[in-house]
Amino acid sequence: MSAPTLTRPGGRVLEKAAEADAPRRGGATRRRTAGTVLIVLAVVAYLVFRTDGAPDSDDAAAFRFFDSVRDWVDANRDTSPFFLYGINYVRLGVRLLVDVVQAGLYGLGFAGLVAAVSAIALVLAGWRTGLLAFLGFLAFGVLGLWDESVDTLVLTLSAVLLSVLIGVPLGVLAARVRWVGATLRPVLDVMQIMPTFAYLAPMTLLFLIGEPAAVIATMIYAVPATIRITALGISEVPPTAVEAATALGSTRWQLLSKVRLPMARTTLALAVNQTIMLALSMVVITALIDAPGLGQNIVNALERVNVGAAFNAGVAIVILAVVLDRITTNAARQTRIHHARRSRLIQTGIAIVVVIAAALVTINPESLPQWSAAAPVNDLVGWIELHWFDATEGIKNRVSEFLLNPLESVLVTTPWWLFVAAVAAFGTLVSGWRAALIAALSAAGIAGLGLWQHSMQTLATVLVAILLTMVIGVSVGVFCARHDRLATAVRPVLDAAQTMPSFVYLLPAVALFGNSRFTAIVAAIIFAVPPVVRLVERGVRDVPPTVVEAALSAGSTPRQLLWKVQLPMARGGLLLAANQGIVMVLAMVVVGGLVGAGALGYDVVAGFSQRELFGEGLAAGLAIVLLGILLDRLTQGFHDSKGPRR
Amino acid sequence: MRSIRVAVAATLIVSLTACGGATSGAGEDKPSDGAKATVNLAINPWVGYEANAAVIAYILEKKMGYPVEKKELKEEIAWQGFETGEVDAIVENWGHPDLKKTYIEDKKVAVEVGPTGNDGIIGWYVPEWMTQQYPDITDYKNLNKYANLFKTSESKGKGQFLAGDPSFVTNDEALVTNLKLDYTVVYSGSEASIIKAAQQATAQKKPLLFYFYEPQWLFAKEKYVRVKLPTYTEGCDKDPKKVACDYPDYVLDKIASKKFADANSTAYQFIKNFKWTNDDQNIVSDYLTNQGMDDDQAAEKWVNEHEATWKPWVPA
Repeated sequence: MSAPTLTRPGGRVLEKAAEADAPRRGGATRRRTAGTVLIVLAVVAYLVFRTDGAPDSDDAAAFRFFDSVRDWVDANRDTSPFFLYGINYVRLGVRLLVDVVQAGLYGLGFAGLVAAVSAIALVLAGWRTGLLAFLGFLAFGVLGLWDESVDTLVLTLSAVLLSVLIGVPLGVLAARVRWVGATLRPVLDVMQIMPTFAYLAPMTLLFLIGEPAAVIATMIYAVPATIRITALGISEVPPTAVEAATALGSTRWQLLSKVRLPMARTTLALAVNQTIMLALSMVVITALIDAPGLGQNIVNALERVNVGAAFNAGVAIVILAVVLDRITTNAARQTRIHHARRSRLIQTGIAIVVVIAAALVTINPESLPQWSAAAPVNDLVGWIELHWFDATEGIKNRVSEFLLNPLESVLVTTPWWLFVAAVAAFGTLVSGWRAALIAALSAAGIAGLGLWQHSMQTLATVLVAILLTMVIGVSVGVFCARHDRLATAVRPVLDAAQTMPSFVYLLPAVALFGNSRFTAIVAAIIFAVPPVVRLVERGVRDVPPTVVEAALSAGSTPRQLLWKVQLPMARGGLLLAANQGIVMVLAMVVVGGLVGAGALGYDVVAGFSQRELFGEGLAAGLAIVLLGILLDRLTQGFHDSKGPRR
Repeated sequence: MRSIRVAVAATLIVSLTACGGATSGAGEDKPSDGAKATVNLAINPWVGYEANAAVIAYILEKKMGYPVEKKELKEEIAWQGFETGEVDAIVENWGHPDLKKTYIEDKKVAVEVGPTGNDGIIGWYVPEWMTQQYPDITDYKNLNKYANLFKTSESKGKGQFLAGDPSFVTNDEALVTNLKLDYTVVYSGSEASIIKAAQQATAQKKPLLFYFYEPQWLFAKEKYVRVKLPTYTEGCDKDPKKVACDYPDYVLDKIASKKFADANSTAYQFIKNFKWTNDDQNIVSDYLTNQGMDDDQAAEKWVNEHEATWKPWVPA
């Protein structure tokens, strides 16, 4: 996604990333001493006060509270005015929207929809994208996944429509009205940290299962990006243009509709692009609450450990993601080039005629030549299991034994108040007292939810995963920064990786490592490494050439150049990468609950699959959110405290 | 069809505003009289269930002309589907007295449709080779003695008890605590993962203690022995947190949504009549798992070979 603003697949828009200035020398030594003292204190306190890490009770007050909420909702769903006139109407309205979109797409038929998508791509984004869209949608038929793909597309489009309807006006408001922007910012922050999984249980509570709940969950997941990027686009409109229009006597409405929105349209197209990508990755996960589509195939295949079948669905999702991404990015690019209006009109006219003609043709997608990757992939997986078993098992057991288990037992046996105190102390040191306060409150909240042990287990898995992610990401990033040819070769892979929905990454991990915590770690690494590589590469490349030149002429070896000059100067980029990576890792580790990673992710799954565990599941969802805030705040300080706070 | 649905939903919104709010089931498809409405079958995540559903769906579609939609749902969520109208029938239900109380007695959105003919057994199992090497392992009292054998990277220094999908009917955590066993319950995440682990345990003689159940095709291929837990007595599993007894024997049954039952279509009557044996189910499960057949192929093969069994299910 080559965009003017920096975005990441997790949906966070980095408003001016990596703006780190040179490290401040003076405070550094003092902070280092303080840090050492704190570490010693923490270790001593841990040794004195450590607990025996009693397992969580399954009857915490928080669980009972959520259970009682659920019982109330169940009893009053069809009587309370809150539901009769509120929630249930939302559900009905969203169902209506889904039905309309569905009727539209299904009404076109196979040939019609393929033609329509290709035509839209052709007119908006040029012939190359048109061809890509055409081949991509044909591929759904060839894979035998036509209906599922269309269902996924229906849900994605519905959610995107809602996001745009809600997000663009909010974005404009946020950019134009100061207090709206100020109120929205922390809310959006939290929404973007929330892992996808945490949304599901509350959604089923309010909206029951099915398409409406899925679309609403997806919308909530995607809308922050819409709002943020819209706000960014509007605020970037040059004041001179606004000034000129005002001088000509434009009303405020004219200013908005004739000047601000049109001038921000490239950014708006980017907003739509990001919204679509996020929505797509969420829609796949909502299969867990009975949303139809490709996600169902993946869930089904994961349950049957049929990696091959899941692979087909994974390929279809990736194709859908790539097609939608290309159409919207290239459309955004084309808004800058002004075509002759006439030729565009003619193109559109021809396209409409072709689509109508195609819609009248009935082709059964099943009559296409069928191709499936299931058999070869399953053979490959079987072969790997047979021949690599010792190696993969060895890696898994080594990492679990020497990294994961010790860390987990330390965290689990830490008394909660000590953890909170440590978070507050180290947080203040790294990120300033404000961030530390929020982080410490989150930690206390986790303790209050009664899921201490599970939260600490999840945290341990996250920490190991981020450590490995950073090691791999930094090495690859540095390597790419030093070898241009390699960087060019790797870039398309990174591009593709960032368009894929997170769910897909579980598959290779499961194929290699079966069901365990380490599987979740591997999936998280695959998920989080691409953005880390990008940020690191950029950070290293942004080191001014004059500095590199100076170091070289002073006789630095390449190794010295890297360790003493490039890496220290790219610190901003590295720390930003850590912050980005950790939130993504958390999201993935939680999804790993589906494949044996246990802890909080498992609680969430169990919560919406077993009635008596509902309260615990909801509490786990909340604990995940708090954990996310904690990790984000602690690491956000990495880059924020070094640059001016915005 | 779709456009009718849209129109219906639109009129619903208008009419419901007039007469006092929308209920949670508003806007769902209503089965139209006479026409063969789509039958929505929930598919719970284990292969035995899939076998039932495959045969039922095949006969409904190919022999009776009903469109069928299968929905991958976990047990609890499938029951919620009765309320929203997204699910018409569950075709292999394991007990679930709590859900029956909520959805059948209290909410009155579902009804029992009689047994499937399958007897369900849930228990703790070990591979057969272990009983030869450690003859007393099949009594739970001796499990602590062997806890060391079952250690894995996931079991936190204790013995590993391998469980399945989080949505399955289980008392395992409570059993481990209440029987004071030195074990950790580790969830593999699915039936397929337990089966894989069990097969590995037999093939490579690896120790394994795991949650398993019948009907189950694997028992026809390999031997696993059930570990004796304190005998089940009526009501000993009443409080899920204090369970310290074995699982009861289950009479597996079918559940349908009230709406579907009240319409009393031939599809409903057919599902009501459906009844077969554990062996029948194991045959189809084996087709599905080991012969590389998909649902329709497996069902077709069974249906062609067992006409005498299924003919009486189809209402005249």
